Amino acid sequence: MTAPLSIESPFSSDAFRVKVGLAEMLKGGVIMDVVDAGQAKIAEDAGACAVMALERVPSDIRRDGGVARMSPVSKIREIEAAVSIPVMAKCRIGHIAEARILESLGVDFVDESEVLTPADEENHVYKHDFKVPFVCGCRNLGEALRRIGEGAAMIRTKGEAGTGDIVHAVRHLREVFRQIKGLTILTKDEWMAAAKNLQAPFGLVAWVAANGRLPVPNFAAGGVATPADAALCRILGAEAVFVGSGIFKSSDPAKRARAIVEATTHWQDPARIAKASEDLGEGMKGIEAAKLVEGELLQTRGW
Amino acid sequence: MPSAGVLALQGDFEAHRKALAAAGLDAREIRTAGELLSTDALVLPGGESTTMWKLMEGTGIPEAIAELAASGRPVLATCAGAILLSRRITHPDREGLGLLDVTAVRNAYGRQLDSAVVRLTDLDREALGDEPLEAVFIRAPRFRDLGRGVEVLARRDGDAVLVRSGNLIAATFHPELARDGRVHRLFVEAIRRGKPRDAGKLVGAR
Repeated sequence: MTAPLSIESPFSSDAFRVKVGLAEMLKGGVIMDVVDAGQAKIAEDAGACAVMALERVPSDIRRDGGVARMSPVSKIREIEAAVSIPVMAKCRIGHIAEARILESLGVDFVDESEVLTPADEENHVYKHDFKVPFVCGCRNLGEALRRIGEGAAMIRTKGEAGTGDIVHAVRHLREVFRQIKGLTILTKDEWMAAAKNLQAPFGLVAWVAANGRLPVPNFAAGGVATPADAALCRILGAEAVFVGSGIFKSSDPAKRARAIVEATTHWQDPARIAKASEDLGEGMKGIEAAKLVEGELLQTRGW
Repeated sequence: MPSAGVLALQGDFEAHRKALAAAGLDAREIRTAGELLSTDALVLPGGESTTMWKLMEGTGIPEAIAELAASGRPVLATCAGAILLSRRITHPDREGLGLLDVTAVRNAYGRQLDSAVVRLTDLDREALGDEPLEAVFIRAPRFRDLGRGVEVLARRDGDAVLVRSGNLIAATFHPELARDGRVHRLFVEAIRRGKPRDAGKLVGAR
């Protein structure tokens, strides 16, 4: 007697639904990178829906080089104590131990992030084995579905972190949504070939083809420096926005943070975004992403 | 057909629109006080209450919610939305809108690791029937110090998690994320039963 073919899907479990549930709560909001409790408090007071703890903001990682790792434990505890909104923290790609430590610290979301130096050149963390939800970056639909296949409960397009240049965030959002639309016009006979071309799990490809969207919330990151940048991400379909260096590398972080929150909510109201954008002071200087050479790109980390 | 609006400043407003559609009601997204006053019923969704307070500052939305609730129009509030309606809020301490006579203790069960899907069995049978109610708790608050006019429709381990007070229904969990449509049906029934509004006021608000 052979065992009947029965494949349990982790996606319909209560555990996975609770993870996606928190991602649902963050929609329409702004998640801000912070390195300490002081910045976390500024972010919360400005209306951030969550903060992201990391050792250095991406533009500093880019400037100073060296190995970028998980935020120090003491900093994470300090940030958790300082704010009542969800606290996320970044771990290195494939760094199972950093992810477990973050989970034990009670962070609300782990970002397995290309902004940090990867720990594994081949594998990402198998995220279904964790109780804490994960968010991962992507540049295209195949990458998004591979991460969801591993258990990511939220996807963010990568953009190019630490540049203040929105162009790659736009490229990745356009690419993901174009590919989703492309799947919806296929017949079922074409789904497997699509899965092969996308290098993505068949079940998830079939789900996206049938539903016309990702099965988890889809946010944007990488290069957001102004309220208008945040609104552009929303116009292109991102359900919420991550902002890294754009806030704390500007001349008036509290005011800019508040304006980006306003623009993310009222993205369909240009007059309101204009008003929020008045007298913000200097934005981060930024680097034109097109001038970066291949080895300087963070987005090519992970696959 | 009455109109319903979902406050869409931040949070899972889209999940509420879908849940209302499943209960047979088309709802629109609301981002201004004017839009709010021209709707027949209101949903305050889940999300981050601190963010929602910030986005409501100086917009007239808190006053509009109070006016809408006072006019007897149905309001459904879940998690962060329920926190907004409360009389008092803790963690951190602040005043709520004061429309629901409870104290809301934020993040009362702990962090995300303590979030859970629970099948509630301690139910008001007249409102919800006998079947266990699937309830998704995400970094949920707790209601404390319930006032006299607050009727408990469901409990979790003795704690009130779904309450009704006149035209307000409030949950500490997320019926919009459950496969169970009973809470939204309760709300839609209240809308259909609802007393007709002052027509002149409606025109003025639009």
